[in-house]
Amino acid sequence: MSEIKLENISFVYGSGTPYEIHALENVNLTFEDGKITGLIGHTGSGKSTLVELLNGILKPTSGRVLLDGGDIWAEPKKIRGVRFRVGVVMQYPEYQLFEETVRADISFGPKNMGLSDKEIAERVVEAAEFVGLDVSLLDKSPFELSGGQKRRAAIAGVIAMRPDVLVLDEPAAGLDPLGRESILSKICEYNKNSGVTVIIVSHNMEDMAIFCDKIAVMSNGRNVMYGDRDEIFSRRDELLAVDLGVPLITDTVHELSALGIEIPDNIYTVERAKECILSLLGENPKVKKGDFT
Amino acid sequence: MKDITLGQYFPGNSVIHRLDPRAKLLCVVLYIAMIFVASSVSGVIFSVFLTLFLIILSGIPLKIFLRGMKPVLFIVLFTTFLNLFLTSGETLLVDFGFIHIYLEGLCSSILIVVRITLLVAGSGLFMTYTTTPIALSDGLESLLAPLKKIKVPVHEFSMMLTIALRFIPTIMEETEKIMNAQKARGADFTTGSLVNRAKALIPVLIPLFVSAFRRADELAVAMECRCYRGDEGRTRMKILKYTKSDIAFLAAGVIFVIGMILLNRFLPIYRLR
Repeated sequence: MSEIKLENISFVYGSGTPYEIHALENVNLTFEDGKITGLIGHTGSGKSTLVELLNGILKPTSGRVLLDGGDIWAEPKKIRGVRFRVGVVMQYPEYQLFEETVRADISFGPKNMGLSDKEIAERVVEAAEFVGLDVSLLDKSPFELSGGQKRRAAIAGVIAMRPDVLVLDEPAAGLDPLGRESILSKICEYNKNSGVTVIIVSHNMEDMAIFCDKIAVMSNGRNVMYGDRDEIFSRRDELLAVDLGVPLITDTVHELSALGIEIPDNIYTVERAKECILSLLGENPKVKKGDFT
Repeated sequence: MKDITLGQYFPGNSVIHRLDPRAKLLCVVLYIAMIFVASSVSGVIFSVFLTLFLIILSGIPLKIFLRGMKPVLFIVLFTTFLNLFLTSGETLLVDFGFIHIYLEGLCSSILIVVRITLLVAGSGLFMTYTTTPIALSDGLESLLAPLKKIKVPVHEFSMMLTIALRFIPTIMEETEKIMNAQKARGADFTTGSLVNRAKALIPVLIPLFVSAFRRADELAVAMECRCYRGDEGRTRMKILKYTKSDIAFLAAGVIFVIGMILLNRFLPIYRLR
């Protein structure tokens, strides 16, 4: 629905003091309309700063943030309007829950937008369904929910604003593998259904390989790589050079091909690896397919 | 916002930095006593020079002290004006409508400004700037140890103080995070009436309290896991020990206080009432 573009963005913390930190330097990056972009980078690479620039929590020291071509800081007093269009889910969002019921908490954003009660009620139910939160939980206290449910409720709180761009900072951090998988696939589904542009910040290469269309790589406050998922993960050496890696399975396949086994080198998911390996084994009559499934 | 933190410790390795925290606390007491006793112009001038000497000794830039004055500026100005306008005396300087300023008022307000400034600078010099909060609370505990005899939980108080100090930056950081998260959902903290602005803080305060309690709980568990059971039989990593310079500073402190009393008696150039 919307495209968000960073133009020559630099950001300095504590500008003018001896404790100056250059968090971002001359970043040019476009998050494409309707795509899921994964933002990866080592700790301290500037990812979180970048996220806070996208919805105007921080103002760039220099450069512009363009939302569908318009500078979000054109009218600083209307920055709240931008925050409704670019919904940001911060890291560990469950710590921001505060209302008496989950329903009231999800309503917080829409209420700030000044919507009617009827509209808010609709959006809350819709958002809860989107994130896979059972409607029966809506009238419970958010503090009674489990970790994963809290996370969902917090994400629903942002989705209920129906942003054009949804930004999630480590949405799956600290969840068990099932919770990770389920939250990320819900986000993915949401993107497919609504066409909302999604930006996911993560450390986890496996997740990124499964869910993202595009990958942007940050290192030392600079955007060092940007491209299609397949392209980025095929540049293994460059990723290793910025202290990142590729999914474990890609590494494994890499080792296999180093052993002289002819296997495609664009494998990023276990599923795909299984297919390829099985088809390779299929040519070997000694091994039965059933042994591996 | 980050300026509020009590941890204004300014790292260094001066004589004052190396003093025993207990000695520093006692020095502050003596210093304050000296400033209170110094009610004559000569005494105050001496105190100013002494303080400047100590500041140079500590190696802390003067501008740090000036910055530390900011929070007390209002009190200083308030008492100055109160003294300036309300003190009556013999020599009238300004007579303008209902405003009467007397020479005595002018002198006493100047002295008060100087004394408050010295008090703040001196306590900062010995405590906040040159002593880490942890050392300070250790020193306090050790000084108050005799109170344990009458069942005052000195150790527990000092532990509480240490923990509170330790968590100030953490909680500040947390506040900022939560505020940003709520701003992302359209919360508005800066506009509207006072009541509305106070209400807007509820979405920040509730998560903050919840996480403070959670942290306290986790910390308690972590301490118990490491067998913390209070004061009984607890040994220290850093054992406090008085050195020669501690004794020198304390002796000097006592001498200055006595000297000041004598100065007041024998050289009272101008005395405050």
